[in-house]
Amino acid sequence: MSAAVQFRNLTLGYDRHPVVHHLDTAIDSGSLTAIVGPNGAGKSTLLKAMMGTLRPLEGSIGVDTLAPADIAYLPQQSAIDRAFPIAVADLVAMGLWRETGALGGLRKTQRHRLHHAIAAVGLSGFERRPIGALSGGQMQRALFARLLLQDARLFLLDEPFTAIDARTMNDLLGVIRRWHGEGRTILAVLHDFETVRAHFPNTLMIARELIAHGSTEAVLTAANHLRARTMAEAPDPGAAVCDRRSA
Amino acid sequence: MIIEAVIQPFAEFGFMRRALVGCLAISLGATPVGVFLMLRRMSLTGDAMSHAILPGAAIGYLIAGLSLGAMTLGGLIAGMLVALVSAFISRATAAGEDASLAALYLISLALGVLIVSTRGSNVDLMHVLFGTVLALDDGALVLLCSIASLSVITVAVLFRPLVLECADPQFLRSVSRLSALTHFTFLTLVVLNLVGGFHALGTLMAVGIMILPAAAGRFWVSSPGALVGIAVLIAMLSSMSGLLLSYHYSFPSGPAIILVAGLFYTLSLVIGPFGGVLPQMIPRKHLKA
Repeated sequence: MSAAVQFRNLTLGYDRHPVVHHLDTAIDSGSLTAIVGPNGAGKSTLLKAMMGTLRPLEGSIGVDTLAPADIAYLPQQSAIDRAFPIAVADLVAMGLWRETGALGGLRKTQRHRLHHAIAAVGLSGFERRPIGALSGGQMQRALFARLLLQDARLFLLDEPFTAIDARTMNDLLGVIRRWHGEGRTILAVLHDFETVRAHFPNTLMIARELIAHGSTEAVLTAANHLRARTMAEAPDPGAAVCDRRSA
Repeated sequence: MIIEAVIQPFAEFGFMRRALVGCLAISLGATPVGVFLMLRRMSLTGDAMSHAILPGAAIGYLIAGLSLGAMTLGGLIAGMLVALVSAFISRATAAGEDASLAALYLISLALGVLIVSTRGSNVDLMHVLFGTVLALDDGALVLLCSIASLSVITVAVLFRPLVLECADPQFLRSVSRLSALTHFTFLTLVVLNLVGGFHALGTLMAVGIMILPAAAGRFWVSSPGALVGIAVLIAMLSSMSGLLLSYHYSFPSGPAIILVAGLFYTLSLVIGPFGGVLPQMIPRKHLKA
């Protein structure tokens, strides 16, 4: 299996303090992988770097086979201004940007897909409601509907099930399974190990350093959890310059 | 009688017709830009930018006197410099756009006041600050209408990226390379419209016709497109009413126009169906679902 994402000796961080330290591994194309680790382990930072919004302090990320538009990202905290006067359908329709660009209108088939995507996340009837009227979970569902329309090859989901009820979570997991079945690559930051065990075949566990990466069964072990917990969360102000060449 | 009071000033006096054309052009060009300023939560940015223009206009005045071309060019250069440098700072460093813009416009404003007060007389300063809508010549009208046309076309072409850049900039950046282009083009439009507006209304009042109609419109509609429409309508009505008030009661025209827009704003604030004060106070039985 070819790699969708290749981390090569990757170090990410802020103010020279590493948050992800010398990460060397690869995400297989078409895999469904959970990223787990304690708070501050560098999970979100890793996704941001894959989106290109954060430059590595050292090493590189290879997403050579994918164009930027092939990557869809669901941030942990979306920067959407909830007071912005826009209807749910219009927000979801942004997912079609790649096809319509700045000027193109929606064709009939695209309207159909828009309708389908909204129905798939259970928001039918909310099409013309302003996004300010949605609850936190409903907003998350609308963002999922937008992802559905993006037709991406690689999905980066940062805590996608936060503030979402059990039934919606099952619907959304169904969506993720369908993407997986279609050969798309999915990386999701998650905290609930039950969900990871039940639905994600692969797991990448990090705690600044790589703890383990492989089949979920082999990664989610007591020994690995213990290693992850020993990570010191706060940056050390007196830390010396790192001279490690490669992990 | 009322019709006479409304029509007659424009029918009789060329300077009133010119003022009307100038103000309608500004309403058409500047107000949509103001709508997006408001939607980006940058309502106060217009104010900051208008101050930033001052030193450029002042330098233009020093070099060429009360020349339309020199003052426009000077204002444009100063405004663009402040807008682009602050946008660049906010995109490239940890500083927020508000802080970098505030820093630069304050520097620019101090420079402007320094230049105007060492060389110009108070009359000139008043001219720059409050405009001369009742004395627009052909050149100024052509300039105002050109800026308005350019502005309307640009907003129409960039409408979708502009909406997205305001609503979810992170997403726009992830799907398109237009994010930076949209941001910088938009700031250019802000500067262009302020420079155009200051000939008619002055640097301070030009911001009013940008922001007030947009802020008033927000109480009436709930989609970006409709907001642009109603804001332009309010701006045009304010322009016409303000000019008539200034004609009949000898008020200075710039402030009169802005105060009428302010009246629209206050009225919308009170009775506007989307978040207005009165509609929120009227008790209405809730629905079943």
